[in-house]
Amino acid sequence: MEYIFIILGVLLIPLSIAAGLIWVERRLLSFWQDRLGPNRVGPFGLFQVIADTVKLFFKEDWIPPFSDKPVFVMAPGIVMITMLLTFSVIPFGPGFYVLDSNIGILFFLGNSSLGVYSIVLGGWASNNKYSLIGAMRASAQMLTYEVFMGLSLMGVVMLADSFSFYSIVQAQKNGWFIFPQFIGFLVFFIAALAETHRLPFDIPEAEGELVAGYHSEYSGMKFGMFFVGEYLGVTLMSAIITTLFFGGWLGPSFLPPVFWFLFKTFILICVFILLRASLPRPRYDQLMEFGWKILLPLALLNLLITGAILIFIK
Amino acid sequence: MEVFFYIAAVIAIISTIMAISGRNAIHSLLFLILSLLAISVVFYLLDAPFIAALEVIIYAGAIMVLFIFVTMMLNIGLEEKQEKSWINPRMWIIPSILASILLVDLLLALKNMPTVVVGKQVILPKQVGISLFSTYLLAVEIAAILLMAGVIGAYHLGSQKKKVLHRFLEKK
Repeated sequence: MEYIFIILGVLLIPLSIAAGLIWVERRLLSFWQDRLGPNRVGPFGLFQVIADTVKLFFKEDWIPPFSDKPVFVMAPGIVMITMLLTFSVIPFGPGFYVLDSNIGILFFLGNSSLGVYSIVLGGWASNNKYSLIGAMRASAQMLTYEVFMGLSLMGVVMLADSFSFYSIVQAQKNGWFIFPQFIGFLVFFIAALAETHRLPFDIPEAEGELVAGYHSEYSGMKFGMFFVGEYLGVTLMSAIITTLFFGGWLGPSFLPPVFWFLFKTFILICVFILLRASLPRPRYDQLMEFGWKILLPLALLNLLITGAILIFIK
Repeated sequence: MEVFFYIAAVIAIISTIMAISGRNAIHSLLFLILSLLAISVVFYLLDAPFIAALEVIIYAGAIMVLFIFVTMMLNIGLEEKQEKSWINPRMWIIPSILASILLVDLLLALKNMPTVVVGKQVILPKQVGISLFSTYLLAVEIAAILLMAGVIGAYHLGSQKKKVLHRFLEKK
């Protein structure tokens, strides 16, 4: 019985955070840009999300006649499935997890690489030139950034001696991994931004040039799935950075561990939003060059130095 | 557990057949991805979680994305009608008869072999790593050199001469 509650919690907490984030992001962005933002519906505009969801549900769900219908319908679901599946290996607190897998990090990497298909297939099935360009940019960008997203995590794996998220949190009792693995953290953070295609790296959708890129043909709740999927991605990446580099649920004991986990995750989400508010979008070739020429060598160097120091100590 | 194995195996076989018999290139690739995922489940059920994860990350997640990328770039799918005329059902008859004879042959040969029980213990990533860097070190290094050759080749093909003149002024 308790197990069912945990599964429901792990499923519903990220979903509701992701939906609430739409409001949080708009309010924070307007705060940083010196305006008010949505503040009309309910207290502080909190019910804006509900109003938006109702609107999305009642919109006409249009499938373009020139599209590849089965792939077009399937694509938005993939991102939701892969993101929600990954939450199952993340420990929210001691005893508050669905699965303590001994390949946890690999499970996350596999799911995030399958998540790419959502965008690529969505863009391809739309049969629209702007969507296709968006999809091609997305596949190149995410493939590039996946390479060293995995590599940057290997330092943490070496320090904790395990792929399991639970053991990694427990290995951080004497100090968070952000201090010995600062380069790994930086590389992973940038890769996470690119993987969730958030604003500095949102070149797959780039409204200014691609009219929303891969999802320009989507409407109604199918668009909503891509939309919530993006915020789920932000929540997921923040939760994973919390778990791997900021000690997960560990914290002073006057508050419950789950609170510390959610608190750290929320702060990281705010950092994601701040980056959106403050950084311009790079050009496509600049993004690829930055990835292959700076971040990949950095990740490899980090791996090498961490390994050398660990061998020297042991 | 055996039930899961047979479900995954049947899905792998069906999706592979769909992958090779389909005419739409992207749909075939999707079935191939499904087949790789099913094989990953089979690996997981054989108590090799590390290989199962790598199957998803490398094959289904990286290599197949590249395939789809290239297919999208070449915009394959226009020649569907042409291919339809190339492949007619009668071409399948003789190869499938021969292949099924081979299958029966293989099954009969396997029947007389002594059976080995696999999956007695879960093989963790650590054990895979230790055997890769001790017993199979030479193979790992040779594979690394092969990849290096690929990287150098790609660099050579992709490198451009530094442009001195504007492209309008260049001699064609």
